[in-house]
Amino acid sequence: MGTSVLYEVKTERGVFCMLLLLYLCCSGGKCELQESQPAQTSNRPTVKPFNNEPQAFPEEERASLPVFTMDYPRIQVPFEFTLWILLASFAKIGFHIYHKITIWIPESCLLIVIGLIVGGIMHTVKEEPPTALSSNAFFLYMLPPIVLDSGYFMPTRPFFENCGTVLWYAVVGTLWNSIGIGLSLFAICQFEVFGLQDINLAENLLFAAIISAVDPVAALNVFEDMGVNEQIYIVIFGEGLFNDAVTVALYSMFSFLADMPVVESTDVFLGVARFFVVAFGGVFFGLVFGFVAAFTTRFTHNVRQIEPLFIFMYSYLAYLVAECFAISSVLAIITCAITMKYYVEENVSQRSCTTIRHVVKMLATVSETLIFFFLGVITVTVEHEWNWAYILFTLVFAFFWRIIGILVLTQIINPFRTIQFKYKDQFGLAYGGLRGAICFALAFTLPDSINRKDLFVTGSIAIIICTVFIQGISIRPIVEYMNIRKTNKDKQTINVEVHTRVMEHIICGVEDLCGQWSHYYWKDKFKKFNDRVLRRILVRDHRAESSIVSLYKKLELQNAIDLLDTPIGDLSAAPSIISLQDEKKEASRPKKKFMAAEVRNMHDILSKNMYKIRQKTMAYTNKYNLPDESRTREILIRRHASIRRTIRAGSFRDPPERNIPRSQKYYSLQPGGDLEAAFALRRRSHGSGSGDVDHLSAHVQFAGASARSSSRSVVPMRRLNTIEEIKNPAEQPAVSVHPPQRSNGEDALNKTGPGSLGGSSLRGRRGPVPAPRRSSSDWVEEDANDSEDTGERVDPPQLPPPRGWVPENQDPGENGAGNALIRQSPHRSMRF
Amino acid sequence: MGSNSSSMNNIPNAEQLVQETGFSAAHILRLYERFQFLDKDDTGQLRPEDFGAVRELAMNPIGDRIISAFFSPGQETLDFASFVRVLAHFRPADSNRTRDGAQPEPANSSMRKLKFAFQLYDQDRDGKISRAELLQVLRAMLGMQVTEEQLQSIAERAIQEADFDQDDAISFDEFRKSLEKVNIDHKMSIRFLS
Repeated sequence: MGTSVLYEVKTERGVFCMLLLLYLCCSGGKCELQESQPAQTSNRPTVKPFNNEPQAFPEEERASLPVFTMDYPRIQVPFEFTLWILLASFAKIGFHIYHKITIWIPESCLLIVIGLIVGGIMHTVKEEPPTALSSNAFFLYMLPPIVLDSGYFMPTRPFFENCGTVLWYAVVGTLWNSIGIGLSLFAICQFEVFGLQDINLAENLLFAAIISAVDPVAALNVFEDMGVNEQIYIVIFGEGLFNDAVTVALYSMFSFLADMPVVESTDVFLGVARFFVVAFGGVFFGLVFGFVAAFTTRFTHNVRQIEPLFIFMYSYLAYLVAECFAISSVLAIITCAITMKYYVEENVSQRSCTTIRHVVKMLATVSETLIFFFLGVITVTVEHEWNWAYILFTLVFAFFWRIIGILVLTQIINPFRTIQFKYKDQFGLAYGGLRGAICFALAFTLPDSINRKDLFVTGSIAIIICTVFIQGISIRPIVEYMNIRKTNKDKQTINVEVHTRVMEHIICGVEDLCGQWSHYYWKDKFKKFNDRVLRRILVRDHRAESSIVSLYKKLELQNAIDLLDTPIGDLSAAPSIISLQDEKKEASRPKKKFMAAEVRNMHDILSKNMYKIRQKTMAYTNKYNLPDESRTREILIRRHASIRRTIRAGSFRDPPERNIPRSQKYYSLQPGGDLEAAFALRRRSHGSGSGDVDHLSAHVQFAGASARSSSRSVVPMRRLNTIEEIKNPAEQPAVSVHPPQRSNGEDALNKTGPGSLGGSSLRGRRGPVPAPRRSSSDWVEEDANDSEDTGERVDPPQLPPPRGWVPENQDPGENGAGNALIRQSPHRSMRF
Repeated sequence: MGSNSSSMNNIPNAEQLVQETGFSAAHILRLYERFQFLDKDDTGQLRPEDFGAVRELAMNPIGDRIISAFFSPGQETLDFASFVRVLAHFRPADSNRTRDGAQPEPANSSMRKLKFAFQLYDQDRDGKISRAELLQVLRAMLGMQVTEEQLQSIAERAIQEADFDQDDAISFDEFRKSLEKVNIDHKMSIRFLS
């Protein structure tokens, strides 16, 4: 969150704003109440005429055309609904104005609190609770967005790496919890003291199934902030996702059983069979609709405006169809989202992709916010049936079975895992098991035929509030505490920390080089199958780039344009200058002693800021925010900057004699496409009338050559290269390795100021610009995994280069269409 | 990846490579497929830009260094044999094979693995990680929020920790000592698919 810094500065104002908003929220609730008053009175007029004023109607009819009328009942439902959403959204704005609140207290807590306040107000004015949350409304409108969100943003790779564990915990863990809690509660009900004999086994199991739905948002946020264990993260994420499915399946099964007057043993077996039908049926429908959706987006490139619609409609369709057959609609929508995401994001335009992500997040946030909000309201406004024994035992059993379940299940799964869960991880898993929105909604939408429904609602509200407030607030300090202990105990040296991370990056890089996803055989097989068959069918342009690639392209183009004029505006140049000077100074300066606190601080910096291994971080998402690609972006920017720097440095150096034509290549470029590109550049400069063609081409050649050599340590020039790379952009003549060339470069730079366009030095700097086009096509090739594309790929000269290259005479308007960076898919305009 | 290319006969010196690197024939075959895939213009030689074409590598903060580690000094291209030889560093250590003193140390020994990591730092190949070299790696590895001063002090501290002979640089021996507690074989091994 970039704005957080801003808010930190304006803390005082933030607090003020929040108070204001709180007031607004409250008054919003009030004003809505007032507005809803007529709704109730509006039913009465039918009765009124009989009582006192029979002439009222004729009089009104006789009156002339009304200038001002009001028909509130007509709009009541959508109007109130809108106000609810708005109120909840205001509350969310309020939390984030002072961002520290959400760090220490989970958002769900705050929402419940606001809900309680509003509920309190409603209770005092004797207003009815919102009727919006009926069973149908919940299952048809509120649940799908939440599940779609989790499914769509699920980190695919870590999930499939831990697939077994996740499913193990989700399916077996949930079954374990619901059966364990259900049976023990049933045992409690046998005691006459508590007055609970009327709750039968099926109802107990139903209730247990409801409260086994884990909603680990708070835990996930904490884990993500702390950067703890990716394994735990994905396991909790997946568990939360799939046990929704299990819970809903169990819920439908048990509520069916609870309705039946007599349960026979065959019914139990049928129930088990049904469970499997429900699960696999859901997966099946999900797959079908996912592939159909992917296939559809293959043809949507002419109707970009409605592209996102297909995603939502198909996933909703999957959900509804599954619901229609009474099979697991949650599983259906999850599977659908996972299946189509990969292909859809390649088919749709960058903008549609953003839209899809935003809308998915938005819908999910709205319905989740509403559910928590209603939870608060309902807690206050509804009549509760409070049975101390039942609710206390529910809480105790929920904790107990969760912990035991995790311990036992982990012991069983650990031998099958490469990275085993330690006790600390197990604690994290067990403690992260908060109950949330789904649990409440399921309880609230229980059929009225269940005689102790009120008790169940009360029980689940109690357990939600307990877990969300107690565990949700305490999980961060506890995890932090455990973490601090860990670093102190292990006494890792800085060296170990840095070097191990470097080694991890090496391994990751080499694995990428070998084209291995990781060491799982089946995954590799699937990837091959995917590349050969599925992608060809489902992806339109199967060299299409992923969003990160297009980001990279975008960056390169932007950088090329921006930094062309400002040579010192490099991202990484500035630190380098300082460091060079400091390094020289520091070498001679006496050894500094480090305090323990300083060292701890260093560890802290390292653990928080070292780039994570790509495979594990890429797809991480926060439940409330869109996935953050800033780290990758940072690396790309830096890499780009350093490449550019090397090129610029190199452009003033003697060109290496060997293989001139090849030397124009640039190591992230596609071999083969570059010669034309160079010609294109030359041609452009002819056309633009600035005469120094030779100069330009010479620079282009130098640039390429130096870039190449820089990517290889073995070339003897390497050392000089790195030093030049550091000093050149700053135009520091300090430690010049090639004094004569250096001064040449300086001259060239000074001749034409950094801001002016045209001129020799600038041309030199333009060398790197062709980079994105070929690098991008490379990546795409890499994906496409077939060589037949090579033919169509190499025809750059037909298209004019982007404005950045020839700014003098290029019409800005044609920039988008003629952009060389997007040469591969001309129908896609460049999006900034 | 047609079936005609996936025969051991087409790979030059396949037998010898199997002997030398310890990869199985299936490994070699798979790596050869990958090699051909990376080798876009079918010259039988890889160039650094072929490596750069791997998209994921572009997102690796030390991707450049990894690429450059594949090329021995003075060489521009890499044939399949050298490619496999470099990758052999990452083979997990084999437990059953006993090492004679006479045989040269296999590439997948933890010493050679360490050496590989060390050379990623030691870009000028003088056998030492200088402060500047360490700083470069740190700079590549840490996010943008870290200030230059923090970087400096981290590098300072790291060198102090490891530097036993007070030459303000980390030699390979010092490097090895500082990583004594780390299971190198575990950290620097890949289970290659066959």
